[in-house]
Amino acid sequence: MNDVLNYFVFFVLLTLAAWPLGRWVARVFEAGPEGVLKAFRPVEHGLIRLTGVKPGDEMDWKQWVGALMMLSAVKIAVVFLLLFFQDKVPFQSLINPQNFPGVPWDLALNTAVSFVTNTNWQNYGGEATMSYFSQMAVLGVQNFLSAAAGIAVMAALIRGIFRRETKALGNFWVDMVRINLYLLLPISLVYSLLLTAQGAIQNFSPYLNFTTLAGAKEVLPLGPVASQEAIKMLGTNGGGFFNANSAHPFENPTAFTNFVQAFSVFLLPASFVFAYGRIVKDKRQSWAIYGVMIALFTCFAIPAYLSELAPPAHAVAGIDWSAGNLEGKETRFGVGPSVLFNLVTTATSCGAVDAMNDSFTPIGGMMPLLLIQVGEVVFGGVGSGLYGMLAVVLLTVFVGGLMVGRTPEYLGKKIDGFDMKMIVAAVTITPFLILVGTAAATLWHWVPSDMSNPVPHGFTEIFYALSSMANNNGSAFAGLNGNTHFWNVTGAVTMFFGRFGVMVPILALAGHLAGKKVSAASLGTLPTHGVTFSVLLVFFVFLVAALNFIPGLALGPIAEALQ
Amino acid sequence: MKTKSHFTKEIFWNAWVQSFVKLNPRTQIRNPVMFTVWVGSILTTVFWIASLFGVSDSNAGSGFIFWVAVWLWFTVLLSNFSEALAEGRGKAQAAELRKTRNEVKAYRLKTPDWNAVQESVGSSALRKDDVFLVEAGSFIPADGEILAGVASVDESAVTGESAPVIREAGGDRSSVNGGTRVLSDRLIVRVSSDPGQGFLDRMIALVEGTSRKKTPNEIALTILLAALTLILLIVTATLLPFSQYTVTQSGAGKAVSIASLVALFVCLAPTTIGALLSTIGIAGMNRLSGVNVLATSGRAVEAAGDVDVLLLDKTGTITLGNRMASEFIVAPSVEPTELALGGYLASWADETPEGRSILSLAKRQFQIPSPSFEGKNHKAIPFTARTRMSGLDWNGKSYRKGATASVQVWIEAQGGQFPEQVKTQAEASARKGSTPLVICENARVLGIVVLKDIVKDGIQERFAALRQMGIKTLMITGDNPLTAATIAAEAGVDDYLAEAKPEDKLALIRKYQSEGHLVAMTGDGTNDAPALAQADVAVAMNSGTQAAKEAGNMVDLDSNPTKLTEVVLVGKQMLITRGSLTTFSIANDVAKYFAILPALFLVTYPGLAALNVMHLATPESAILSAVIFNALIIPALIPLALKGVVYKAQSAIQLLRKNLVLYGLGGLLLPFVGIKLIDILLTGKVF
Repeated sequence: MNDVLNYFVFFVLLTLAAWPLGRWVARVFEAGPEGVLKAFRPVEHGLIRLTGVKPGDEMDWKQWVGALMMLSAVKIAVVFLLLFFQDKVPFQSLINPQNFPGVPWDLALNTAVSFVTNTNWQNYGGEATMSYFSQMAVLGVQNFLSAAAGIAVMAALIRGIFRRETKALGNFWVDMVRINLYLLLPISLVYSLLLTAQGAIQNFSPYLNFTTLAGAKEVLPLGPVASQEAIKMLGTNGGGFFNANSAHPFENPTAFTNFVQAFSVFLLPASFVFAYGRIVKDKRQSWAIYGVMIALFTCFAIPAYLSELAPPAHAVAGIDWSAGNLEGKETRFGVGPSVLFNLVTTATSCGAVDAMNDSFTPIGGMMPLLLIQVGEVVFGGVGSGLYGMLAVVLLTVFVGGLMVGRTPEYLGKKIDGFDMKMIVAAVTITPFLILVGTAAATLWHWVPSDMSNPVPHGFTEIFYALSSMANNNGSAFAGLNGNTHFWNVTGAVTMFFGRFGVMVPILALAGHLAGKKVSAASLGTLPTHGVTFSVLLVFFVFLVAALNFIPGLALGPIAEALQ
Repeated sequence: MKTKSHFTKEIFWNAWVQSFVKLNPRTQIRNPVMFTVWVGSILTTVFWIASLFGVSDSNAGSGFIFWVAVWLWFTVLLSNFSEALAEGRGKAQAAELRKTRNEVKAYRLKTPDWNAVQESVGSSALRKDDVFLVEAGSFIPADGEILAGVASVDESAVTGESAPVIREAGGDRSSVNGGTRVLSDRLIVRVSSDPGQGFLDRMIALVEGTSRKKTPNEIALTILLAALTLILLIVTATLLPFSQYTVTQSGAGKAVSIASLVALFVCLAPTTIGALLSTIGIAGMNRLSGVNVLATSGRAVEAAGDVDVLLLDKTGTITLGNRMASEFIVAPSVEPTELALGGYLASWADETPEGRSILSLAKRQFQIPSPSFEGKNHKAIPFTARTRMSGLDWNGKSYRKGATASVQVWIEAQGGQFPEQVKTQAEASARKGSTPLVICENARVLGIVVLKDIVKDGIQERFAALRQMGIKTLMITGDNPLTAATIAAEAGVDDYLAEAKPEDKLALIRKYQSEGHLVAMTGDGTNDAPALAQADVAVAMNSGTQAAKEAGNMVDLDSNPTKLTEVVLVGKQMLITRGSLTTFSIANDVAKYFAILPALFLVTYPGLAALNVMHLATPESAILSAVIFNALIIPALIPLALKGVVYKAQSAIQLLRKNLVLYGLGGLLLPFVGIKLIDILLTGKVF
């Protein structure tokens, strides 16, 4: 009962916070800040001038792609070099007190792509690999930039939908500066302070050596955790400071922070939905999409929760199962909050975990997997969630629009062949990567033959890993040693195309939509708000995932559940 | 051209032949979905032949592979068949049209002059801008514009209408079609296009489907279906390594056979809509020509479905062509029958439709017998510009009818008095948009006969239906705003443009288009041409000028302006049919997964039997049943593709709900029933 109440309160609070924040976001995209943050205008202008952009300069979609790809390429190169040479950076005693060596090339490449693409898949344990400098200045910075890039692309798509007969989609650099300055940085600052107040740590001290009560000598890793933690959740990044991620008490100290962390993951994606309605001047669109997202989330949450609550099939007699399947879960939080947390972070592209998916029941573990496989559109990653959802909306509009006897149109923009090419490219690239990647992994036995779990569970682990990477989620089902040359490189390729293989067609779509005229709505126009359309949209989100993944799921979690 | 609504045996037979001819890879590649099925059929056939020689693929028996191959070939053939069937009907229509293209003799003139030198040539020798003479009884050799003369022309070859029509130089009835016949008089015509480029030639090509290009929407849908097919191809192809890995790791069962994977792929791919997509497009054009409207492109038909503003000329579209007498209003101390008789006599010599309508109203309302004029002195008084009245002098009395002012002058000239009450009544009826005519007998005013525009029967319901579909109707008229408003209200149009000049029409269309509307209109005159060219859907009347026909993107052979609404319906119906069958096709996949997946992996994971909700007898029968269902659903839906889904005027949201339930939910459930039934027939086992 408490869990249900918790769930309910979660969404009420989310809505209450996302609504006004959406207004603020719309303002940041459209005009710039107001109120206190106006003081940062000179900083904004200074930074923008640094990029060589004059005020009022706008870009067409090809320039957007150029700027985005250039920045991303530079970032991947810089992160790679800084990790590879992390033991050569000056001031080692201050920023690398544990004297970690340089990161091997394949792991550095994987990590660079992972953080630049907002995936934050980690083939390393942070406390055993990364210097404080690498954590903060290298990866932490990417947490901000990769989140901002996703948000900027979303802003371009929204402009493309709303504007008419133009090529201009705003300016990538201006958006990047504003999003960081007025959205990510201020919230992260307050959020970090809140986390430290709750007990998350923030220091540059060397790891602490101590002797346990039992007399064993152990090392307690420390570091600048809170500053990293805030953007990790807020920017749906998910790359933990520690290997245990949000199950570690220094990252996620209390039940309250556990709730706040889950909440903060949904906060920006939810507020973008509301910002969208404001910008296109039709708030009903926001409510429809928001409703669909909550409905979808609930569809996944109910079976996951019920499945975890019931004693698992392999329940061993003599153990108290009354609290549900607690294997691999934090007893501090219990089943309900753990399930909520993991679903929230897989629904978004966050990928942080506070319980082990590997230890979930088959159905309980299938739900996070499905949430990833629907394409990270249930709230989704910051920016990427909404642009992914809008691609599915356009797909739904196309089929639904035909059924009412008009050339399908969305908010007055007719959907033509070029749009459809871009829509299907954006929607099918990740299933393509997942399926081909999984097939390749199984076909050539890239997976070590001594994998910890036999099929079907072992298959699920592989399937999950590729789904997570291709959708830029970054969570792992575990059970798979990813730090091999092979997985590091494949992972980097998968994450790269999973990110930019979607962003580029989305930008092309935005550019093409912006150039169109708007046709007037009438009774004969398919309304894209209201219950009928929302139900259709829910079906389409399911359908895209179901058609692509049901055979794979049948060999994984479904087979396991029916054993 | 009257269309045949039924299919002849010949069309059926030809379609079967064509469905084999269309197995040509060059034809197949144009339809990506069916092309993959075609490749799958070849693949399974090869596997079958290999299995005969003992080269066996996994656990599939040679008999099973054979039947899968057979049904896959059937799927391809049935798709070809449906397309050929639709094309066959178009070809039959084209053949009828082509009959009118026979070589006839033409008399070419050096100058457009009745006395010019004539040169006898074949019709195919005529080039654009040549001038020819055509006499009564002979066929018009080419499309053209009349330069001189007036003639009655039998256009039944083109329109199917047997009543001859008048064609004359100048004005809006100056164009003639090649292949029609002059019945009386003679014409001098200038050829408007080179042979093979004529209006009818283009129509023939379109109806036949030879020059059919995919419409923008069809292209978008093809991309969607191709992408879906591609991803499902990957889904099924990757299942092979998935299954091999599972089998190696678990050590149980055998990996899936390629024949079953091909079967799964074909079942999942959107073959139903893929097979019927071009059929729907061709059938849409055919349906349009079935109502005697010829479109110059499929694009225009599709645009018709998007139209949300209809510009309609008042006269001929909303109202009957002429004003009609609708009411008698008596002057003080006059008997109604007296007025009726007066009106009758005053109009007796009036041959105009207005005059005739007064006679018939008098007869209808007061049973006025036809007066006998035998032996009595009578003289018809025609309308003149000076008196502005017409009437009859009979039996010593003068009956006159005319506008209030003219009659008043006449009466006062005879020393009579014009009653104030009549004057007020006349003004009142004029304010309502009617035309009051005052009837008088000598200097005595009998009363008024009111002439009114008569709104066509059923037009109000039609407009109400359009409104429900979100289509706005707009009446264009040269009348004053008052009259226009009255008729607009009576007909139930949404808006009107009064005192309209041709350039106003153009401006109005531009205004609506700039607001994001798609505008449809009909027109026949040369002065309509700019507006026709501007409108998104422009239906030119076949009786209209060549300029109008060139400017429009459709031609109505019946020259019936009301047909615009039918054109819109056909356009909508075509899109709805596409959307509904796409939904149906995709919804089908759910049941197919339930049929095939447990069958594929049962040996490895016996627990998956729980997914066999249909209790299909064996893995082989399950896969075959799904493939057979997938093939048979195509011919089952051919009639729907040809006729289009039932469409009633409804708002978009009602329509969406209805079609979602019918084709979405129906598409979800039907295959469960169908596959189960086929399985029972195949194995004889119910459970």
